[in-house]
Amino acid sequence: MKEIFVLAEHRQGQIRDIAFEMLTKGKELAEKTNMDLTAVLLGKDVKKHAKTLSEYAKKVLLIEDAKLENFNSEAYQKVLSNLIKEHKPLLTMIGHTSFGVDLAPSLAVDLNLPLATDCIDLEFENEALIVTRQMYGGKVNVRAKVRKSKSYIVTVRQATFAAQKPTMNGEIIETPSPLSEEITEKRFIEYVLPPPGGVDITAADVLIGIGRGIKDENNMPMVEELAKAFGGVLACSRPIVDKGWLPSDRQVGTSGKTVKPKVYIALGISGAFQHVLGMKNSDLIIAVNKDPNAPIFSFADYGIVDDLFKVVPALKGKIYELKGQKA
Amino acid sequence: MDIIVCVKHVPETAEAEIKIDATGKAIEKTGLVFDINEWDDYALEEAVRIKEKFGGTVTAITVGPEDADSTLRKCLARGADKAIRLTDTRFEDSDGYAIAKILQSTIKSLPFDLILTGALAGDDGYTMVGPILAELLGISHATMVKKIELDDGVAKVNRELEGGLEEMVEVKMPMVLTVQTGINEPRYVSIMGIRKAMQKEIKVLGLADIGLSENDVGEAGSWIKIEKMFVPSVEKQAEFLKGTPEEVSAKIAEILRARGLI
Ligand SMILES: Cc1cc2nc3c(=O)[nH]c(=O)nc-3n(C[C@H](O)[C@H](O)[C@H](O)COP(=O)(O)OP(=O)(O)OC[C@H]3O[C@@H](n4cnc5c(N)ncnc54)[C@H](O)[C@@H]3O)c2cc1C
Ligand SMILES: Nc1ncnc2c1ncn2[C@@H]1O[C@H](COP(=O)(O)O)[C@@H](O)[C@H]1O
Repeated sequence: MKEIFVLAEHRQGQIRDIAFEMLTKGKELAEKTNMDLTAVLLGKDVKKHAKTLSEYAKKVLLIEDAKLENFNSEAYQKVLSNLIKEHKPLLTMIGHTSFGVDLAPSLAVDLNLPLATDCIDLEFENEALIVTRQMYGGKVNVRAKVRKSKSYIVTVRQATFAAQKPTMNGEIIETPSPLSEEITEKRFIEYVLPPPGGVDITAADVLIGIGRGIKDENNMPMVEELAKAFGGVLACSRPIVDKGWLPSDRQVGTSGKTVKPKVYIALGISGAFQHVLGMKNSDLIIAVNKDPNAPIFSFADYGIVDDLFKVVPALKGKIYELKGQKA
Repeated sequence: MDIIVCVKHVPETAEAEIKIDATGKAIEKTGLVFDINEWDDYALEEAVRIKEKFGGTVTAITVGPEDADSTLRKCLARGADKAIRLTDTRFEDSDGYAIAKILQSTIKSLPFDLILTGALAGDDGYTMVGPILAELLGISHATMVKKIELDDGVAKVNRELEGGLEEMVEVKMPMVLTVQTGINEPRYVSIMGIRKAMQKEIKVLGLADIGLSENDVGEAGSWIKIEKMFVPSVEKQAEFLKGTPEEVSAKIAEILRARGLI
């Protein structure tokens, strides 16, 4: 029977959410197309995770090797390429994570198999793979056909498929590692932790999130004053940190922090999914953006389509008015 | 140190109104402003800084139409020594895989120690050209790079992971590194620099010059074929507050007051 492979990504002793999200989507695809769902678990001392994964898949392929302890695309590529050649799965699902984007493209070239990256949906039409992906920072979607092949590789966007409760009792199959030689081209050295920050944005009730729409560093005092009026804290999208206008501990999103304040006010933020993932569970979201089609409006409770440079001073005035104070 | 930087000329769409064109497979490009892909801007800056430290050359290379010359000129003005544009009508509809093949066919005959690309292109966002190029060239790679330290044939690089975490890995040269935003602060170009760059030559090559066949490029040479482009359906839409800035501000203030947030 044909298989669907799901690579179970783990880091620092934990299986990452993306693995369960892909297993959920994988199960749906496997049922529709009458295939088996197989979780692939590579690592060192990861047997305990095999048990967990077996509740989500028909089979768990387990390979333990000290060379697989930390993620290393070179080591993973060798092992996966072996497994794919041997089992010939119709589909191999890898997370579109920092780990997955380092691994999948070269693996696909190595195996001469087509790859579709950052997929937000997948379906088979008679063994032909159709994917949905986003372009232009999420402003449009495309449905695309992947070149016909006996085996496909995809990377799947995080937090796109909701992981469901386990329902299976799969078989764990352990095989010896095919890695005989040392990995020479690439070597993991260490994890580098973010510098300890001054402000903890995850603890704030009121967050004013600023994005590239604020245009210039000279406009920072304007938004700082608004945050002060609220008694809130400034957070931001990535470009603000990239430009050095705020320190990295203020960044909200996949490569920053996940926040859940009582209110998140997004000023000049377009709503790229990497940002939205970090704030969409806020109790209340208010967005100010001059573009009525900005994706942020499909996550916000309230939207204001206007120039933030007009709204911010007016809003500051109103807050002080309500508080009975002078600005 | 000879460095190659792959740059893409892309439309700025964050603030633009996007329309899907008559083919239903692409966006309407007229009226959009094109510039260097954001990630490539950082990659180019990093290349120029490495050159300034270790000596050598920087070559900027793009696959794109004649318009892409403005992006290459920007690279030259910012410190690139040479520029190459790969242009052919048969390159149209190439996905990241086909683009990587086109780049590889040219780069393989150039001297290089290091190749930098952006982590992704802001238009089609494949996140794959860099590592595919590396695999085709038979060299190593590291993606999502936020720091590069070069030292005698190896590089120690910090890769960005999720949630603010990074990992440091050591990679052997020659290699491809894909650069994440924020790795440096791209410099501004002086008027003098732009003037000088206008005089530099941009080498233009087509399919016949790079030793690939028609089947290697364009849609035929791609993994992905776009069937349909559409505006994502919104599950939820914000309630829009309308009025003057004062009026909407009063409404926001009231919503927050009702929730005890003011
Ligand atoms: C691997 C990876 C990880 C990432 N991680 C993160 C992350 O953790 N966090 C994050 O935020 N991003 C992250 N990004 C970047 C993300 O993809 C977007 O590029 C980024 O979120 C865009 O930021 P922005 O909305 O501020 O800017 P833009 O997308 O440029 O949007 C600016 C917005 O401001 C509006 N605007 C402009 N002027 C005005 C005005 N006067 N008044 C009102 N509105 C105005 C525009 O209409 C536009 O919608 C990541 C990207 C990658 C590839
Ligand atoms: N047409 C192109 N010409 C030159 N370089 C490109 C082109 N397309 C992509 N690249 C490079 O590959 C990187 C990643 O693009 P992508 O894989 O399409 O997301 C970009 O940041 C560029 O450095």
